[in-house]
Amino acid sequence: MTKQVHLAAHFPGVNNTTVWSDPASGSQIDFGSFVHFAQTAERGRFDFLFLAEGLRLREQNGAIYDLDVVGRPDTFTVLAALGAVTERLGLTGTINSTFNEPFEVARQFASLDHLTGGRAAWNVVTSWDAFTGENFRRGGFLPQDQRYERARTFLQTTWELFDSWRGDEVVADQEAGVFLRDPHPGAFAHTDAHFDIAGQFSVPRSPQDRPVVFQAGDSEEGREFAASSADAIFSRHGTKEAGQAFYRDVKGRLGRYGRTPDQLLILPAATFVVGDTDAEAAELAHEIRRQQVSGQTALRFLEQVWNRDLSGYDPDGPLPDVDPLVGETHVAQGRAQVRTYRDPLATARQWRELAAQKGYSIRELMTEVQSRQSFVGSPHTVAAEIDDLVQSDASDGFILVPHLVPGGLDPFVDSVVPLLQERGVHRTEYEGTTLREHLGLAPLP
Amino acid sequence: MPDPLHLAVALDGAGWHPAAWREPDARPAELFTAGYWTDLVREAEAGLLDLVTLEDSFALQSDDRFRPDDRTDRVRGRLDAVLVAARVAPLTRTVGLVPTALVTHTEPFHLSKAIATLDFVSGGRAGVQVRVSLAQHEARLVGRREFPELTRVDRDDPAVQRVLRDAFDEAADWVEVVRRLWDSWEDDAEIRDVATGRFVDRDKLHYVDFQGRSFSVKGPSITPRPPQGQPPVAALAHQRIPYELVASSADLGFVTPRDAGDARAIVAEVRQAQEAAGRAGEPVHVFGDVVVFLDDDAAAARARRDRLDERAGAEFRSDAHVFTGTPAGLADLLQEWAAAGLTGFRLRPGALPHDLTAVTRGLVPELQRRGVFRTGYEAGTLRGLLGLPRPANRYAAA
Repeated sequence: MTKQVHLAAHFPGVNNTTVWSDPASGSQIDFGSFVHFAQTAERGRFDFLFLAEGLRLREQNGAIYDLDVVGRPDTFTVLAALGAVTERLGLTGTINSTFNEPFEVARQFASLDHLTGGRAAWNVVTSWDAFTGENFRRGGFLPQDQRYERARTFLQTTWELFDSWRGDEVVADQEAGVFLRDPHPGAFAHTDAHFDIAGQFSVPRSPQDRPVVFQAGDSEEGREFAASSADAIFSRHGTKEAGQAFYRDVKGRLGRYGRTPDQLLILPAATFVVGDTDAEAAELAHEIRRQQVSGQTALRFLEQVWNRDLSGYDPDGPLPDVDPLVGETHVAQGRAQVRTYRDPLATARQWRELAAQKGYSIRELMTEVQSRQSFVGSPHTVAAEIDDLVQSDASDGFILVPHLVPGGLDPFVDSVVPLLQERGVHRTEYEGTTLREHLGLAPLP
Repeated sequence: MPDPLHLAVALDGAGWHPAAWREPDARPAELFTAGYWTDLVREAEAGLLDLVTLEDSFALQSDDRFRPDDRTDRVRGRLDAVLVAARVAPLTRTVGLVPTALVTHTEPFHLSKAIATLDFVSGGRAGVQVRVSLAQHEARLVGRREFPELTRVDRDDPAVQRVLRDAFDEAADWVEVVRRLWDSWEDDAEIRDVATGRFVDRDKLHYVDFQGRSFSVKGPSITPRPPQGQPPVAALAHQRIPYELVASSADLGFVTPRDAGDARAIVAEVRQAQEAAGRAGEPVHVFGDVVVFLDDDAAAARARRDRLDERAGAEFRSDAHVFTGTPAGLADLLQEWAAAGLTGFRLRPGALPHDLTAVTRGLVPELQRRGVFRTGYEAGTLRGLLGLPRPANRYAAA
C-alpha cells in the first residue's frame, strides 16, 4: 500500500542553518514572518508548523554567541496568535519538562488546543543544564538518570490533568440553571518523587483530548520514552539505511506497550535546496553552505569539538595540531549539538584524515561536515527522493527546515508539493480539522 | 476642556454577575472558544476603549476565594488569559490587551517573554495585570509552596498582613525581573553585520543578574525588547500593601472606591506611596473599577439586575462599586469621580455582551458628546493610548 507523506515545517531558528546575511532574509521576530511561513505551510497542506526551544542565549568562551540568529518569541504565545491566521495547520511547540510545572503546561496546552480547534502539539524535551537553570526559580540541575524519569512522570502527570475532565461536564443549560453536571470537575491528586499536587484542573477537556505528543532525541531512554508515550518522533535525517534501522528499531518497541506501528510516526528534520535542474540546485546548495559557514562560524564549530579557544587560527588554513580537551567543562553552553560529539578525540582523528585526503581548510571541512543538505535537486528529484524514503520505511515524512525566513518554504511548496500530490502521496485538501486527523492517528480511547 | 478619560473593560466569563450566563444573549457554550473572545474584544475596539483586561487564575472559579465551592450553577473553567489575548491579537488592531498573570506561581522569565511576544504579535498593544494568590488550594495545584490557611484578608491581623507583605514583596520582585528582561536587549542589539559575521552586538545584550528572596534570574531574555519597550504593568489594589505595589512597580492601578470622597483618599494614598517609592514624577494611572448594569432607562436596568439576582439566589455583591442605571447616569458618576483624581475607569460588565455593548454604544457616545472621550484612536500602541512615553532602556549607555 502506498503510504502518504507527512510534511511539516520547522521555523528556521537559532542556529547556523538559518542564513541571516542573505538580502532575502527577513525579521526573525516580527509576527509577519511567522504569518507568512505558517500560511505557506498551510497552502502546501502541511500537517503542522514546528517551533524549537532554547531558554538561555547560547554562549561560547564565556560570551553570548553572536554569529547565528539570536532571539525568538515565546512558543505558546506565538502559536496561539498563529491560530488566528491559519485554519487547519497543526501548531507544535517544543516545551521542556524541567523548567515548567505540570499544571501550568497542561493548562497552556489545553488552552491552545481549545483556541485552535484541536491543532496543538507538544514536543517534549528534557533539557536539564544548570546553565539554563539560572533563568528559573526552580533551578535546573538533575542527575542524568533522573531526567527521563522526571520527564516521564511530568508527562504522566499532565495526562492525568488532561483526563481530569471527561468531556461532558459543561452543560450550560440556561433554563435549568445548570452550568456543570459535576460539582467537582477536574479533580486530581498526584504524588511521586518529583511532584506532589492536588486539586481541580481548570480547563475543560479540549478538542483533541490532549495535545499530540512528540519526542525528540536519539538516546536509548529517548527511544523507549517515545515508544511508550509519544505520537511522533522528531529525529535526525541520515542515510536511507540509517533511517530504516532507526524506523525498525523504534516501531519494534511499540508492541511492548500494546501499541501498533501506526501509532507512532517517525518524522526526521530535513533541509532542502530546490533548483530548476539538479546541477543548478547543487550550485545553489554550495552557495548556501558558504553562507551558513563563515570563517568565524567554522572556527566556533571546531571549538565545540576541540573544547578550547581557537580564535587564533586561520579558518582558511589547516586544522589545529593540538588535540581536543576532554573534560567536565565545555566552551559552548546552551546548545544540544555539543553532546552529539561523544568522543571528540575520535571525531578529531576522522576530520584530520578527511581534511588531509581532500586538502580541506578548516572552513571547507566544516562546510562539508556540518551543513550538507538533506535534499538537493530539481523538484522532480526531491519529490522522488522523499517519496522513496517514505515508501521504503526510512521515515513517515519529514519536518522541513528551510534556510531563510520568511520565504524559505515557498520554493518547496510551489514546486515539490504539486509533484507529491500528482504522485498521490500528499493531500490536495485537508480531510480533517485536527492535527491528530492530519497525522492519521486514531482517536484516543 | 477637562482631561479626557481613559476607559477599560474587564472581561471575565459571561460577565461579572454569577447569573449572567443565563441571559438570552449570553453564549455560555462558547466560553472556551476563540470566536467568543474575539467578538468581545472587537466590540471593545469598536468603542475606542483603551484596553481590555482578561481575568485569570489557576484554580477553578469559586464564590469563596480561599476554597472551592462545588457549585454547579455558575460558570466554571477558563482558558489561559495570555493565550486568549494572543489568539485575539491578530484579529484586532488598536485596543490594548492586558491578560492577568498569576505571579505567585509562575516563572518571571516565562511571563516576560510571553508578554513581550504578545507585544510583537499585537504590534505594541500588550500589557499585563499581575495577580497575587494566597489561596492554599491554588498553591496545591503547583505543589511547590504552602500558605497558611486564610479565611479572609483581615487588615487588622498582623499575621495576615505579614503573609500579604511577603507575597506582594515577591510580586514586586517578579515585576522587577520581568521589566529588566524586557530591557535586557537594547533596541538596536540586532546588527546583522555581514562584514564581521555578527548577528547581534553582544555589548547590547545584558545579564539582568537579579537576586531576590524567592528567586534569582540571570538573563538576558531570549526574546528581543518588545515594540513598546516596556508593556504597561497593571494591578488591582484594595489596601495599603497592594497600593504600594502599584506605586513602586506598575503603570496602572485598578482601585475600588465607594464614592468620590473615597476615590480622592485612595488616589492620595497611591500618590503618597509613589513618592515614598521615589516615583513621584512618573505617570501612574489610577483607574476606578465599577461593575455596570446599563440600560436606556434606569428602571429597566434595575429590573434586569433584580432578575439576575433572583436567578443567582442572592443579591449581587462586589469588591467594586456597583452601578445600575443609564449610560448618562454612569457618565455623570465617572466625571464626578474623575474630578476626584482618578485618571480613568475599568468597567466590569455585569453581563456579556449586553453591558459591554451598552458601554461601547451608549456610554462612549455620551462621553464623546460631553467632550471627555476620544472620537478616534490617537495612537497605535497601548502606551500611546495611555499617554505613556516609550521609556529609555535602563541598560543603554546614556
